[in-house]
Amino acid sequence: MEQRRTQFGLNIPALVQSAGYPRLIITAFLLALMVYAAVLGLPIGQLVSSILVRFGMNAILVLAMIPSIQSGTGPNFGISLGIVCGLVAATLSIELDLVGLTAFFFAVAVSAILGSLVGYVYGLLLNRVKGQEMTVGTYTGFSIVSLMCVFWLMAPYKSPEMIWPYGGEGLRVTITLQNRFDKVLNELLAFDIVGVRVPTGLLIFLAICCALMWVFLRTKTGMAMLAVGSNPRFAASSGINVDKFRLVGTVLSTALGAVGIVVYAQSYGFLQLYTAPLYMPFFAVASILIGGASIKHATIVQALVGTFLFQALLVVALPVANEAIANNLSEVIRIILSNGMILYALTRKEAGGDLG
Amino acid sequence: MDEQYLLEIKNVSKEFFGNRVLKDVNLAVAPGKIHSLVGENGAGKSTLMNILFGMPVIHNTGGFSGEIWFDGKKVDIRSPEDAMNLGIGMVHQEFMLIPGFTITENIKLNREQTKHNLVSRVFGAKMKSLDFKLMRADARAALDVLGLTIDEMLPVAGLPVGYMQLIEIAREIDKRNVRLLVFDEPTAVLTEVEAQTLINAMRMLAEKGVSILFITHRLEEVLEVSEEITVLRDGEVVASLRAADATVERLAELMVGRKVEKVSLGRETQGITGSGRQVILELENLHVRMPGETVRGISMEVYKGEILGIGGLAGQGKLGIANGIMGLYPAEGRVVKEGKVVQMNNPASALANGLGFLSEDRRGVGLLLDQSIEFNIAITAVHCQDKFVKALCGVKLIDTKAITEHARRMIREVDIRCTGPQQLVRRLSGGNQQKVCIARALTLEPDVLFVSEPTRGIDVGAKRIVLELLVRLNRELGMTIVVTSSELAELRAICDRIAIVYRGRLEGILSPDASDREFGLMMTGEKPGRREVS
Repeated sequence: MEQRRTQFGLNIPALVQSAGYPRLIITAFLLALMVYAAVLGLPIGQLVSSILVRFGMNAILVLAMIPSIQSGTGPNFGISLGIVCGLVAATLSIELDLVGLTAFFFAVAVSAILGSLVGYVYGLLLNRVKGQEMTVGTYTGFSIVSLMCVFWLMAPYKSPEMIWPYGGEGLRVTITLQNRFDKVLNELLAFDIVGVRVPTGLLIFLAICCALMWVFLRTKTGMAMLAVGSNPRFAASSGINVDKFRLVGTVLSTALGAVGIVVYAQSYGFLQLYTAPLYMPFFAVASILIGGASIKHATIVQALVGTFLFQALLVVALPVANEAIANNLSEVIRIILSNGMILYALTRKEAGGDLG
Repeated sequence: MDEQYLLEIKNVSKEFFGNRVLKDVNLAVAPGKIHSLVGENGAGKSTLMNILFGMPVIHNTGGFSGEIWFDGKKVDIRSPEDAMNLGIGMVHQEFMLIPGFTITENIKLNREQTKHNLVSRVFGAKMKSLDFKLMRADARAALDVLGLTIDEMLPVAGLPVGYMQLIEIAREIDKRNVRLLVFDEPTAVLTEVEAQTLINAMRMLAEKGVSILFITHRLEEVLEVSEEITVLRDGEVVASLRAADATVERLAELMVGRKVEKVSLGRETQGITGSGRQVILELENLHVRMPGETVRGISMEVYKGEILGIGGLAGQGKLGIANGIMGLYPAEGRVVKEGKVVQMNNPASALANGLGFLSEDRRGVGLLLDQSIEFNIAITAVHCQDKFVKALCGVKLIDTKAITEHARRMIREVDIRCTGPQQLVRRLSGGNQQKVCIARALTLEPDVLFVSEPTRGIDVGAKRIVLELLVRLNRELGMTIVVTSSELAELRAICDRIAIVYRGRLEGILSPDASDREFGLMMTGEKPGRREVS
């Protein structure tokens, strides 16, 4: 039954139901941590700034999960393919000696193009392994990241900022973007309010991506893709070419992943090559699942909410944990959280399961 | 218990969620006799057998009322194991054989004879090796009973289906304590000769004192082999007679006959029975590879403005016709719609040619359960006809407002009971889901609408509404409708002509007013019917 809002306010049970218990629990936990952080005397303003930045820099990678989930290939565990495309694009912009917003937008454009091409090939692969996209995606990602390690070593880059300082061939593991496009988006129109620095440009860029995604889902193509993802047999009987629209979903997802890593890198200030992209898909997948998406259904709101909760939890929990336990647990908590969330999402029964 | 029956089923009734599927069924099988149980699909035969075998599906749905007596004692069969221990065996319709194993291994599966070896003396009985000599001898004996000369060490894979069926039976015979064997439509997949072998085997078994309960559609076989016949219709025993008193015609009539409720729909047919009728769709030698519903060469014509029924028993291929024409299963042949050839195996071509389809698999193919009503109604038209699409700078955007408006109108017109166009289809009842399917098909404005099993899984009240809706579409919009249904009664209530499919071929076309007997005979392939009604 559809719940209705009363005239005098919100229908609490309906609100609880639409938000879902996991999100309410995480939110409550988050608030408790915030209070505890304040008690410990941690700088709340800084924490909130940090949450905003981390939310903005990760959200596009999470947004990339939507087309793949909606087109029926499940969360894109092969997003590392897009990520390495984005890294190639970013290194290219440095090699061409571009700086500032020019460098950033050049990287975004090239990454989107590369991502689309790679996504197309990856989509062809996924169409051959229907039903096992998640497993195949994971291992495709692992393989490509490893293969790219060779590329990073062999690629004929010349820029002294990127190659090993002792000269010779190969790129460094971490490349600083300090003189390139480090935080160009974050600082664009940024302002301070009650001790919180708002990364306006980053959030605007994210908003534009979300808006484009929103529009796309309301086009004829987006609608057909949704039908394919919801029920391929239905789609086929409606004359929709199932493989074609799965391909569209994969291309979009991979391209978004490529753009996503460029945005991530500009905010982080470094390009991380070699094995760094190996586990990135898991964090993105976990984020959207925390947001309430299932492996068959996802919305933009779920992606945003999920990213926010996941990143906020990390930002707040780590300093608190470090204060309390006096040990650096950051990576451990991140992995426990993301893998736990994926496990939860894969094993739980589909919401509103088929009871008929 | 004065009379000696091996199995007695007394006053058994069963309800599934308030839906009565068996009403006071009585049935008795004497030792060493062959008793036949005939009835249409959905008459309650399988439910009765599920009760006899204590299948979990019965107990999970509230059990049943009535009693089962076996060998003079009242028994409580809680699981298939209980049934097996009593000596009730079943020969399945689908083969439960392991293809890679030999005939012997299949027959002795899980009841293997074993002998000690060195290892087993140390590590216990689990390590004993198989005594193939003994097993072979047993298998041979069982096969001999059936008059099967085949080598018992051959692998099952690659054997003709007839042999597989006999091996299933051999396995049941080999179970020493077997007293009652249930044959569930064993001849459905067999050729005439194989069926004859099987029937001989049944006779032989009966002579050895095994009682047989024979479930089948083939009425001639029933008369040939059985002594007692029980006819089940709509969950009730409509007749219990001796084979000597029965004829094929009588059985057919009993099986099919029911008070055909002439839905007060006014069956005036608009010039479609005269000579001025126009052919709207032509099928030529249509073959469809739909598993379980194979179509093996059907040629027929559909007239403009008629409601054509396609009937037949389950598995005979009636469902394959619409699915094949719509391109959902691999098909061959020629389909011509008003002079234009419809491409085979291409749903888009079928839709573009003005053919619409309501699938029999509503939840699997017909609906997007997790999408809204309006999405379901609009999507096909959006994709195939660019309806509700507005171009903005070359981008084809969806006109959501128009969709909602259209959905609201459809909800009113076909009377979908829902909270609004945004409600998820999953939350609707079966009848309302079917109406969403109809609304989706109507949005495409097809000339010919294929409707498969329109009332399957819908409660009785809603059935009538759905049927009336179909007739209204036909009368008011002049839409040609082809209804495929297992329920003959509903076909007879709304159709102008009824084509009966048997074994993937067109057996004949009957008028809805034809007698029960004619329908019964045609559905069981006993008589080549009249080819045409005028």
